[in-house]
Amino acid sequence: MQEVDNIMNGQKLFQRPEYQEVLKNKKEFEGGMGAVNPEKVAEIAEWTKTWDYREKNLAREAITVNPAKACQPLGAVMVALGFENTMPYVHGSHGCVAYFRSYFTRHFKEPTPCVSDSMTEDAAVFGGLVNMKDGLKNCAALYKPEMIAVSTTCMAEVIGDDLYAFSVAAKEEDGGEFLPEDYPITYAHTPSFTGSHITGYDNMMHGIMSQLTEGVEVVKNEKINIIPGFETYIGSMRSVKAIAEKMGADFTMIGDHSDQWDMPAGEYSMFKGGTPIEEAKQCKSAKATISLQKYATTKTMKMVTKRWKHAGGTSNPIGLKGTDEFVMKLAELTGNDVPESLKVERGRLVDAMQDSYPYMHAKKFAIWGDPDFLVGMVSFLLEMGAIPTHVLCHNAPRGWEEEMRAMLDTSPRAEECHVWAGKDLWHMRSLLFTEPVDFMIGNSYGKELMRDTGTPLIYIGFPIFDRHHLHRYSISGYDGAINLLTWITNKVLDQLDEDTKGIASTDYFFDLIR
Amino acid sequence: MGPEALEAKQKAAIEEVLKAYPAKAAKNRAKHLGVGAPEDESQKTCGNVRSNKKTVPGVMSQRGCAYAGSKGVVWGPVKDMVHISHGPIGCGQYSRAGRRNYYIGTTGVDTFVTMNFSSDFQEKDIVFGGDKKLAVCFEEIDALFPLNNGITVQSECPIGLIGDDINATSKQYAKKTGQTIVPVNCEGFRGVSQSLGHHIANDTVRDYVFDGNPELLGEPIAETEYDVAIIGDYNIGGDAWSSRILLEEMGLRVVAQWSGDATLKEMAATTKVKLNLLHCYRSMNYISRHMEKEYGIPWVEYNFFGPSQTIKSLRKIAAFFDETIQAKCEEVIAKYQPMVDAVVNKYRPLLEGKQVMLFVGGLRPRHVIGAYEDLGMEVIGTGYEFAHDDDYKRTKDEIFRSTVIYDDVNEYELEAFVKKLEPDLVASGIKEKYVFQKMGLPYRQMHSWDYSGPYHGYDGFAIFAADMDLAINSPVWGHSTAPWDKEGEA
Repeated sequence: MQEVDNIMNGQKLFQRPEYQEVLKNKKEFEGGMGAVNPEKVAEIAEWTKTWDYREKNLAREAITVNPAKACQPLGAVMVALGFENTMPYVHGSHGCVAYFRSYFTRHFKEPTPCVSDSMTEDAAVFGGLVNMKDGLKNCAALYKPEMIAVSTTCMAEVIGDDLYAFSVAAKEEDGGEFLPEDYPITYAHTPSFTGSHITGYDNMMHGIMSQLTEGVEVVKNEKINIIPGFETYIGSMRSVKAIAEKMGADFTMIGDHSDQWDMPAGEYSMFKGGTPIEEAKQCKSAKATISLQKYATTKTMKMVTKRWKHAGGTSNPIGLKGTDEFVMKLAELTGNDVPESLKVERGRLVDAMQDSYPYMHAKKFAIWGDPDFLVGMVSFLLEMGAIPTHVLCHNAPRGWEEEMRAMLDTSPRAEECHVWAGKDLWHMRSLLFTEPVDFMIGNSYGKELMRDTGTPLIYIGFPIFDRHHLHRYSISGYDGAINLLTWITNKVLDQLDEDTKGIASTDYFFDLIR
Repeated sequence: MGPEALEAKQKAAIEEVLKAYPAKAAKNRAKHLGVGAPEDESQKTCGNVRSNKKTVPGVMSQRGCAYAGSKGVVWGPVKDMVHISHGPIGCGQYSRAGRRNYYIGTTGVDTFVTMNFSSDFQEKDIVFGGDKKLAVCFEEIDALFPLNNGITVQSECPIGLIGDDINATSKQYAKKTGQTIVPVNCEGFRGVSQSLGHHIANDTVRDYVFDGNPELLGEPIAETEYDVAIIGDYNIGGDAWSSRILLEEMGLRVVAQWSGDATLKEMAATTKVKLNLLHCYRSMNYISRHMEKEYGIPWVEYNFFGPSQTIKSLRKIAAFFDETIQAKCEEVIAKYQPMVDAVVNKYRPLLEGKQVMLFVGGLRPRHVIGAYEDLGMEVIGTGYEFAHDDDYKRTKDEIFRSTVIYDDVNEYELEAFVKKLEPDLVASGIKEKYVFQKMGLPYRQMHSWDYSGPYHGYDGFAIFAADMDLAINSPVWGHSTAPWDKEGEA
């Protein structure tokens, strides 16, 4: 029973003898193997750690277990929230939207506005035109966004609703009351059964950039567009902008969701920050566009480089080399020299790397996440002399595996580095048991791997639900690389203390100074 | 504020809120908003609100879908089965381990609740159908997770649209292996909310667990006169455990938990119990009614939130049994009373008179009112995401004062109501949490107990009281205004 001066929640409450008794007695009624035959559970648990199991596991063709990817509209919602006063609108059923909002909110600990037009069974039969007509009108009336960015759920895609025709029809029916003729309703088809959340990002970004610039006269200017990609580190976006400013670049971040998911306390407004719509309409006139995530913007960048003939291209500013390349790209595009302030920043990063390298050198890492994240992170690990033993990308697009392999081949221990494209985190479990590593780098889904395999997890990635505020930091630019270095090095040191704290046995190595 | 003033303020708030809508939407939403008065027999439902209707398109509803109701609520917590999210990758990913359905087991070996199994549909599966893939999924699951006691197929939207026959595929595999394979047609577009998913899932329990092959689950347990089942407790943060202990202390034998920490065998054994105890009426009344009709098992609704309702419920349950149980029930009540008194004496002075607005799903919009009132707090607004008329009828008996009732409230309405009624605490879900915290309002997530709990039973009430104090009386809410903006300060 609880004691009023020491009220315990479930963590300790259920450890009390009276509850241990309850849990023990419950087993009498259970049919699970843990209750029926615990030895069998131990036997199978051991088998899951073997090479035999690994081979069966890697041979899976149909079932995905513990994925490390999400679906298209999630990325589309992120894009929409990067534009000023823009409402992400998902054409389909509202259950999906509840999921997108919860998912982002659990990661950022911030509100995530997004509406749907609540299609149900009749809409599945007759199409969602009525839902879209009412939905766009209600959304505009109630939340007064400056733009509505429409994406789709798989339901709308299977029945083949036509977003462009529907939005035209909605305006027509509304007669200009809430949806004037020039009101921007941008859209992208984002089928969940193709690609992943980064594909949805690409499709929506392509949709907004191409549709907003339609009919806008192109008057070439000196501007540089910077597209962040599916960026979940708010600090990274700020680091990138700071570098561009220091380089004297006249730039616009296209799809800047950094303020939306980092609102100060005091009052609530549904939308915050974002690329101004008027500025976004001029993005075609820029002389260059740089995408910071190649694989999350394939289609968008094809339009920008091939059709719009923009200079720039892609640049991944994670790690030292990545940031150097980004800085040099800006130097080339602006014609400006690298300023002293950035040189000092770089020098400080290199200094920090030279201070900490013994702790990362030759340490083995398993890492998973989005393709661009992995390109940046592996580059940094290699710069530090670490061994990226298992690099796993569940949503690997075409070309990624080859690029990653080529990167790993630059390592003196290349033969110990493995690329796993299209694999999930249950595959990773087998890899960790059969070819163990010292540390894992990944998102919250690594938590069960940490429990099962005992491998320490360094929380870097998306989503991170069970650690706070990491998304506020930067992992890009020279300052972001110092954050990476700090997190990784200190986890190595924490683990070293953990391993050496045995009194009178191992604590001779429990050094005060490291 | 006097009761009349409160009621007038609530009515004015509703009128004001409706003004922002286009005419068609305003007409619709007006039917879902009302002011409930305790003991007002003229009201058909609490506040006379309409419910379980389609959501107005284009508003930020907090509702989920049928898949969420089946996979997320009813089936997902059954621990010794593998639940396949059948369709594209997203649904399973977004709903993975979000509900805190606690269980004991070796995850990945004999239990699977926090894992995510997906058939990860690709375009070719949409075009050519996914039944073959599903059959391979079954085989691979059995090969890699040999201790699973069955598999459920949780359909995502495309399944019902592309003409797949998961029933035939499942039946075929079940026949071949003798396993329990449960196809669930809970596509997200069915119905208007989670609610239809609960119903569909309940029906599949009937068809595939009761009418299935329970003999495969080992020796049946010997029956006793005191066998009961807990129905509609998802063991969020351990709720069913802190309920179970009380029932066992009063001499009852809890044969099954539905479905938090449940095993398939427990569910199959439920057709032999003497009484079904129903906590979440909304999500599991269907199966309780079925067991009443088919097996003659009576069911009783109970409420283990807060001591007043817990005591009432314990006595109500005991009344179904003999004097031994009734006497033991009184002993249980007497045993916990000093602890309850100590908790109330400690926290009531810290919480007295604080006003609360709720918006949750299932049973909580009415069931938790008593727990707040036990602490001297006043619930002035409540509503459900996916309730039906029978829930709003039951709500009439649970409110203590004039209460604004909002069905399927959206973000805009809830924000407007909170601004006008100025409660001291808002208690709702994760999507709304940070909206109100930004405004400097104390907030508790009442779907997941904000990663605390359990809240059920006597031990849970102590945690509930401590958590409400933590939320309302934390110093952090005082920091929102900067010193240079504070009036009368230098």
